Amino acid sequence: MIELNEKLVFDRPESVIDRPTHYCPGCHHGIAHRLIGELLDEMGLAEKTLLASSIGCSVFLYNYLNVDAVESPHGRAPAVATGMKRARPDKFVFTYQGDGDLASIGMAEIMHAANRGEKICVVFVNNTVYGMTGGQMAPTTLIGQSTTTTPNGRCQTHDGSPIRMTEIMATLGGVAYAARGSLDNVKNIRQAKKYLKKAFEFQTNETGFGFVELLSGCPTNWKMTPLQANERLQNEMIPYFPLGVYKDVSEDGGVC
Amino acid sequence: MSKQPERIFVKGNEAISRGALAAKCKCFFGYPITPQNDIPEFMSTHMIKAGGDFVQAESEVAAANMLLGAAAAGIRSMTSSSSPGMSLKQEAISYMAGSEVPAVIVNINRGGPGLGDIGPSQGDYYQSTRGGGHGDYRHFTLAPGNVQEAYDLTIKAFDIAFKHRTPVLILGDAILGQMKEPITPWEPEAVDEEGGRDWALTGRTDGREKRLIKSLFLAEGSLAGQNKHLQEKYDSWQDLAECEEFECEDADLIICAYGSIGRIAKSAVRKFRKEGKKVGLFRPITLYPFPNEQLRALADQGKRFLTIEHNMGQMVDDVRLAIRMVADSDFYPIYPGNLPTPDELEEPILNCLEGK
Repeated sequence: MIELNEKLVFDRPESVIDRPTHYCPGCHHGIAHRLIGELLDEMGLAEKTLLASSIGCSVFLYNYLNVDAVESPHGRAPAVATGMKRARPDKFVFTYQGDGDLASIGMAEIMHAANRGEKICVVFVNNTVYGMTGGQMAPTTLIGQSTTTTPNGRCQTHDGSPIRMTEIMATLGGVAYAARGSLDNVKNIRQAKKYLKKAFEFQTNETGFGFVELLSGCPTNWKMTPLQANERLQNEMIPYFPLGVYKDVSEDGGVC
Repeated sequence: MSKQPERIFVKGNEAISRGALAAKCKCFFGYPITPQNDIPEFMSTHMIKAGGDFVQAESEVAAANMLLGAAAAGIRSMTSSSSPGMSLKQEAISYMAGSEVPAVIVNINRGGPGLGDIGPSQGDYYQSTRGGGHGDYRHFTLAPGNVQEAYDLTIKAFDIAFKHRTPVLILGDAILGQMKEPITPWEPEAVDEEGGRDWALTGRTDGREKRLIKSLFLAEGSLAGQNKHLQEKYDSWQDLAECEEFECEDADLIICAYGSIGRIAKSAVRKFRKEGKKVGLFRPITLYPFPNEQLRALADQGKRFLTIEHNMGQMVDDVRLAIRMVADSDFYPIYPGNLPTPDELEEPILNCLEGK
């Protein structure tokens, strides 16, 4: 008789709540949530974490992570997180924001929180559209990309150019770490987790501001299948938004 | 309360700052705008000395949202501004009202609309008492009439904020903020610095359930339930309305005025009293909740009313609502941009008294 000996090899991180998400099929938010949940578990941060959530599809992150959270107005999460960290400096504080939230309406807040070197982490999910509101042009929408407000494609002279946030972050004095990863394949997902871990460590060792951009797919608003979305991410987004570490003060010699 | 013996000679802005420190305010977020600059300037050194933190924010929008974050973490926190900046803060104040986050906000009212001027005005009365941002909400609004009261009400504002989980607005003007007077500072007894222990975001230490502070209610019926809950809270504040009644008992005519204008009107009332004229002053101290019952009681005695404001007529609406069906109120505006004097108020008061 064969003894059934089951071994669990893949499970839900404790910090991720066991409930269905509201995300569309093929959306990468779930992967980003999981990476954060894994790190909160592995780094023992869950019980000291305060989340400043944002506006957009990711507003409901607070339903999926088992941490204390406050809802921020659109774009203001870095300011709200600044307030929380200044009020309770011993806590682990992070924001999770989309491209419209962070790079458009919240541009002032992200720039200045980063420049002050607030000891918080910012996870920036860039899928080149406003997702929750139905696929309008975002500040990161690529030239030629069709959206509901650029039906003929984004035109550089009329609509401006897609903003490269991680590159901008790397220029600011208060930023300890800035990196861009992607969630389109297993290799990139594993690398993205390393970036997130490094950014988290820069807060836990009280060095400074950590910023990680995650290129993500939005099949619904791109009007693609999940596989087509991944191909677009590889073929169109990564060439414009190159992956890698743009700033790491532990290698540069640190900030004062 | 234990009174400290010494008197200090300070501006209204400094009295508010010192009041906040006495109330164990631990975070201040500010942005430069005249005529409130003394507050962030004072806080930039004294808040740090008091073991708290100070941030000069990149904007009024950011300062108010930092306040939201610090207050959501349960720490006594404050921001201050003046009228144009207050417009920018309304976004976060609406969120704080909707998600029941306690914090103290100071508006040193200046002239408007638009950029207006940097002189005194009461043009922000509606914004201060109707819920100045989007959605249906109210918050406490305290209107000090002198520098000592500015100190006292700032201490009280933090207690109200935490007791009722609401933003509290202190509404002064450029007169109050920039005027120096002697005050007697005092320290409140036994401030509960962890007044948010039952709801504040402190991390799930010891494995407690996670906490969520939010104003988004999408499930059917849930937003209606939240609005009902908030309205019941606002209704319950009516008993907490405060006012000063000066020489009202035998008065034929009651002047209704708040803040600095209330004080200027008081000078005029004193002068008329010396002449034997039966004039009194009704000065609301809480603008929201408005002291409806106290005012109505005076109307029931058959008194007449004259509302004087440093705007084009805003609080007069609340006066008329309070005394409706019984009496009415005349109105005299001091145009924002002009500096009011007691002499200026004599003629309209006399006209009203003589029924002209």
